[in-house]
Amino acid sequence: MSQSPIAGPAETAPVTAGLAAPTDLGPTGPLGGGGGLPSRRRFGRESLFRWFTTASGAVVLVVIVAIAIFLIAKAVPALRADKANFLTYKDWFPDDPTNPKFGIAALALGTVEASVLALLLAVPVALGIALCLTHYAHRRVASALGFVIDLLAAVPSIVFGLWGRDYFYKPVQDFSAWLHRYFGWIPLFGSGGPYGKSVLLGSAVLAIMILPIITSLSSEVFRQTPKMNEEAALALGATKWEMIRMAVLPYGRPGLIASVMLGLGRALGETIALALTLGATYTFSIDLIENGGNSIAANIANKFGEASETGRGALIASGLVLFAITLVVNMIARLIVYRRREFIGSAA
Amino acid sequence: MAKRIEASGISAYYGAFKAIEDINMVIEPKSVTALIGPSGCGKSTFLRSINRMHEVLPGARVEGKLTLDSQDLYGRDVDVTAVRRLIGMVFQRPNPFPTMSIYDNVVSGLRLNGVRRKSMLDTACEKALRSANLWNEVHTRLSRPGAGLSGGQQQRLCIARAIAVEPQVVLMDEPCSALDPISTLAIEDLISELKNQYTIVIVTHNMQQAARVSDRTAFFSIDKTGDPGRLIEYDETNKIFTNPSVKRTEDYITGRFG
Ligand SMILES: Nc1ncnc2c1ncn2[C@@H]1O[C@H](COP(=O)(O)OP(=O)(O)OP(=O)(O)O)[C@@H](O)[C@H]1O
Ligand SMILES: [Mg+2]
Repeated sequence: MSQSPIAGPAETAPVTAGLAAPTDLGPTGPLGGGGGLPSRRRFGRESLFRWFTTASGAVVLVVIVAIAIFLIAKAVPALRADKANFLTYKDWFPDDPTNPKFGIAALALGTVEASVLALLLAVPVALGIALCLTHYAHRRVASALGFVIDLLAAVPSIVFGLWGRDYFYKPVQDFSAWLHRYFGWIPLFGSGGPYGKSVLLGSAVLAIMILPIITSLSSEVFRQTPKMNEEAALALGATKWEMIRMAVLPYGRPGLIASVMLGLGRALGETIALALTLGATYTFSIDLIENGGNSIAANIANKFGEASETGRGALIASGLVLFAITLVVNMIARLIVYRRREFIGSAA
Repeated sequence: MAKRIEASGISAYYGAFKAIEDINMVIEPKSVTALIGPSGCGKSTFLRSINRMHEVLPGARVEGKLTLDSQDLYGRDVDVTAVRRLIGMVFQRPNPFPTMSIYDNVVSGLRLNGVRRKSMLDTACEKALRSANLWNEVHTRLSRPGAGLSGGQQQRLCIARAIAVEPQVVLMDEPCSALDPISTLAIEDLISELKNQYTIVIVTHNMQQAARVSDRTAFFSIDKTGDPGRLIEYDETNKIFTNPSVKRTEDYITGRFG
């Protein structure tokens, strides 16, 4: 069973391993417990290890619970003070001492809008590059290209944000005008300008930022395709592209979904680059090129500094909503990956 | 349906390494030809140069002339994929597409050829599975994963997949080496039936198998490690196994070598 290494998000693995190990070992005892003459030292080390894994599992749990309690304790008073419906209200005035009103609607929708658009822009390019790296490019070209992708991944997000705000906005402006001229009848490109910080700009920058992670994960997935399946397709007379469609893509699908979802997770949580490139308005609109756009994380970055006590609580509450969105996305991804794996699982 | 293969002066390389040298042989239509010889003598390499699968590996190339009923397979404007559609292949390890159902595996080659009509696919699927002696075992679960079958069934599934497109030639590289004796017998029976329709070339390490299924046998060998493999003797299977004309063949068959 060779499954893609990233099928389950890596960061959760140590936690579960730490928690599961003691219970797994507990009833059966360590290896070789029945037959031979295990030395005392082995048992000593074994129990030390068991203690260590239990302890580290417990530490993680305690930290998570502590963070959760802290966040909820901060968020609840602010939500109580909110004079508007938090879920449906769009604007953000938590710092008004007498009449604090704030809601997550515009921010949440804006977050999803920017992330999904970034994904739509990034995924086709990332998959194209990944296929090129693994199946088309000459080996030397491929490793050079891979290096460039890794470099891109190493650029701090503040740099992307400044670049987007100070340089990249120009071509995006021109492109927005072009889009409006020819496709202005589509509501997505309704604004006639002038153009500045927009969902399109933020998403484009975001797309460039999540490109490396999706590319490197999916090329790893493509590399996992068993040679014998590729050869089976070729021997049937498939062209390279047909072979990719018959063997490489279907085999890698769970891994691809996982890598796209990791990209989406990164996009949802991206803060500083979006704080610099989105319009920071509180009006959700499907118009991608008009001045505007906002996201939960960007709003936190923009507002946290000068927020009042209630304002901070409100921002934390918005953070919890972001957490919930990310959680749902991850769960859906897991579900897709898992259902898919059952089919292949019965295979090997 | 079945065609005659003629190899003249075939040499094949992996980068700078010459794996086989100057192979000349004529493979008759509607017959089973066995390739035998010690490990590393280039049987697989030769087999894979027949359907141009050799050149899939980076740096690998083939020299010489190979014809299928006087059609030059390595001709300048010959489409590789067309060659592979004419010459089917079954690999050493069963390799059904793991994400596809039994049905989809069998018709995958037809779909490549642009066949879309459900009724045509259904007919072809049943026909191929029947020829591969697998229909009775799987016809109730065609939509189940192909990789959920036993090893022997998987190999017959791969044979069905190869013959579903009705190729001219079927190449088999040690098709039974991963199988138990019963599945092996099933496949050998199948080979004997298939030769009524197809030209079959099979690589095998099993002398009895070569003797049982093949009409003609080619013995390949190498002088020493690093040397290219050559065709030592090629004759009627009976003759090779009872009265070979080359001493090395006799040594190999009687187990005094390799
Ligand atoms: N992918 C490869 N790259 C480099 N050399 C290879 C490759 N495959 C095979 N060779 C070499 O080519 C020679 C012939 O190999 P081949 O696989 O054709 O032998 P074979 O007769 O099929 O052996 P076996 O009976 O073990 O399958 C061997 O020396 C082998 O090491
Ligand atoms: Mg071989």
